[in-house]
Amino acid sequence: MTELIIIAFYLSLLLGLGLFSSRLFKGTSADYMLASHSIGPFLLLMSIFGTTMTAFALVGSTGESFKEGIGVYGMLASSSGIIHSLCFFLLGVKLWSLGRKYGYKTQIQYFRDRLGSDKIGLLLFPILVGLVVPYLLIGVMASGVVINSVTEGAFSSAFANADYGVPKWLGSAVICGVVLIYVFFGGMRGTAWANTFQTIVFMILGVVTFFLIAGKIGGVKAASNAVLEKHPSKLMRSVTPEEVATYEEEFAKWKPLALYNYAVKEKGLELTAAQVEQAHAEFPPKMPGWQRRAEAVFAKKNGLYELSDAEQLKAMIIQDDRELPEDDTALFEADGTPLPLSAFDRKADETWKPKAEKIFASNIGHPNELLDPANPEAGNNWTHKKAWGVYKATSWSPEKPHPLNKWKFLTYLLVPFSVGMFPHLFQHWLTAKSANSFKLPVVAHPVFIMIVWVPCVLVGVWATSAINPDTGRAVVPAHFPPNAVLSHMVKELTGPLLGGLLTAGILAAIMSSLDSQFLSIGTMFTEDVAVHYGGKERFTDKQHVMMARGFIIAIVLVTYGLSLMEPRRVFTLGVWCFSGFSSLFPIIFAAVYWRRLTKFGAYAGVLAAIVSWIYLFWSSNFAKNAGYSVDFHIGGMNIETMPVLTMFVCSAAATVLVSLITPPPDEKRLARFFPPK
Amino acid sequence: MKKKSPLAFLVWGLVLLLVIIHQDNWFWDDNTLVLGFMPIGLLYHACISMAAAFTWYLATLFIWPEELEEDTKPAGGEEAGQ
Repeated sequence: MTELIIIAFYLSLLLGLGLFSSRLFKGTSADYMLASHSIGPFLLLMSIFGTTMTAFALVGSTGESFKEGIGVYGMLASSSGIIHSLCFFLLGVKLWSLGRKYGYKTQIQYFRDRLGSDKIGLLLFPILVGLVVPYLLIGVMASGVVINSVTEGAFSSAFANADYGVPKWLGSAVICGVVLIYVFFGGMRGTAWANTFQTIVFMILGVVTFFLIAGKIGGVKAASNAVLEKHPSKLMRSVTPEEVATYEEEFAKWKPLALYNYAVKEKGLELTAAQVEQAHAEFPPKMPGWQRRAEAVFAKKNGLYELSDAEQLKAMIIQDDRELPEDDTALFEADGTPLPLSAFDRKADETWKPKAEKIFASNIGHPNELLDPANPEAGNNWTHKKAWGVYKATSWSPEKPHPLNKWKFLTYLLVPFSVGMFPHLFQHWLTAKSANSFKLPVVAHPVFIMIVWVPCVLVGVWATSAINPDTGRAVVPAHFPPNAVLSHMVKELTGPLLGGLLTAGILAAIMSSLDSQFLSIGTMFTEDVAVHYGGKERFTDKQHVMMARGFIIAIVLVTYGLSLMEPRRVFTLGVWCFSGFSSLFPIIFAAVYWRRLTKFGAYAGVLAAIVSWIYLFWSSNFAKNAGYSVDFHIGGMNIETMPVLTMFVCSAAATVLVSLITPPPDEKRLARFFPPK
Repeated sequence: MKKKSPLAFLVWGLVLLLVIIHQDNWFWDDNTLVLGFMPIGLLYHACISMAAAFTWYLATLFIWPEELEEDTKPAGGEEAGQ
């Protein structure tokens, strides 16, 4: 309940700030959408940083480093420090200047004016909105997950299916409501102030959490040394032979379980009561899931079943809850080598979660009540999440350690170029009071990234090997969902007060992106569609503001509605959305710096970007294949690249080539954008 | 932009250098803990972040487009999106 009170208090504070900022609202559309170009260096830094750092900044950085090790910092953070500031410097300042001069409020207005083409807006609008919506969904869904996870047990009898916490649909609705209220009333000024406040909150709480967690697990040195001992590969980007050997040993223990279960279900194997008793005596079970393991080892040892290669592979695929191909030939490479388990997609959550809940039904209950009052040592009732976690840890194959590919690391450098085409960031750039306001964001952005990411990456890496001093058990079990690692660590290792505060910090990071995205899509619908096609003279300035507010309400409702459908792959869509924006970077860069860019070149660039995006997205089985790469074979070497490289090159090549073979733009128009020096 | 200044070459050279040294193949297999807790690969990239901030600081000093400030007076009669 403490967590719930802190979250409610934080959200009220935020609403108060948003409503207060609305008192400064001048009533014009320029003030509502761009804060009348009044944002100085500090507010600009905080609002830009808060906008670019999504839920991923705290939750994702910890989760990804838990899964992949320290390499995620170089891949996602230090690269962003270089590239984001490069985009602010090369594009932000220049576009601010043009926007101020010619009164733009959206990217599409700039492109229409620069290229002398109305239709470029028709082409770009659905693409930009289509790429922002999944990004919005990630924030809305993540907020519901976070609130649910920290409020578990807050209610005595309500919301049993949500582990007696705030259900995800309600948490997401509250967050959408709060963001809607302060964006609705405060517009861009409210957004900038709220972002500043929230950025300060999540930065401070991130650092405080780091020190408290470190203290609880024996200090920074002990925590890192535990990783060096148990999972040394997490501290670098390759895999140690010792860790490969450990994995192989664990896999060899897991495989008999898969084969035994298959033999029982598909081959009619049944141990006699005497055999079961003997198995349990020879291999004493530790918990319900392990009884089956004892029987599996017994059956293997005594040769009680025989399975072909294909049957063995099918047994492992079924045990690992992966999609079984219809045809047995799809189990092998062309040369007859069995495909690795990772080649088969994991089944949807809705398939295996009910199984887990059924197996552990007697353990699931109110998390604040004892599982067995007669035996307090057994601890409290399990939550649904714990049941899923135990099911995965006891049923699924051990996670195979894998190195970070050097080519993928290199080509990932193109992903942060996405900030050059984010519509919400473009709008923030236009709010600057002067060109000099950009100096602080350009310089401080890489340092701010470091302040947030280094502690989170260390906590994520420590989570792989940390032991809870109170229970003597691992803090985070195997197969734990990466995005839940941070809140789980806080809950396990600190008190409800910090749990509530950190949740406020995570929500701050989420909301500081949602607000800008809602405002920017509302502005785009108003300016690029309603006003552009309805006729500027038809509406008063006050009606502009009313329209923008109306569109913002509609977008919040649509996004919330979509989030209730729980699109399963939305989280994996994140990198694809970023890659889509990155692939449009060559067009905005050429528009700002290349006189020879033509409208046909821009059309070709946008089409090449989106066609290559769709093709690669389809090739990745619609993001189901999370490790998808575009491979090139050069001189006997296999080069794995991120899909963004192909999209970026296609877009840049199409833009340049088509511009060069089409008539150059007229000089009068160019003079407005490239004034003689 | 003061493109002709030799300092511009220095700043853009440093940006290029940052991009190149970002690909630190030399620390790929190294899990040494600096000061007993900091993985060397992470420390290296944290230093890249600091170096990026310093490089961009130099950019604001030597190649900042000051002329844009003057050039940014709202153009009367121009309508957005035409």
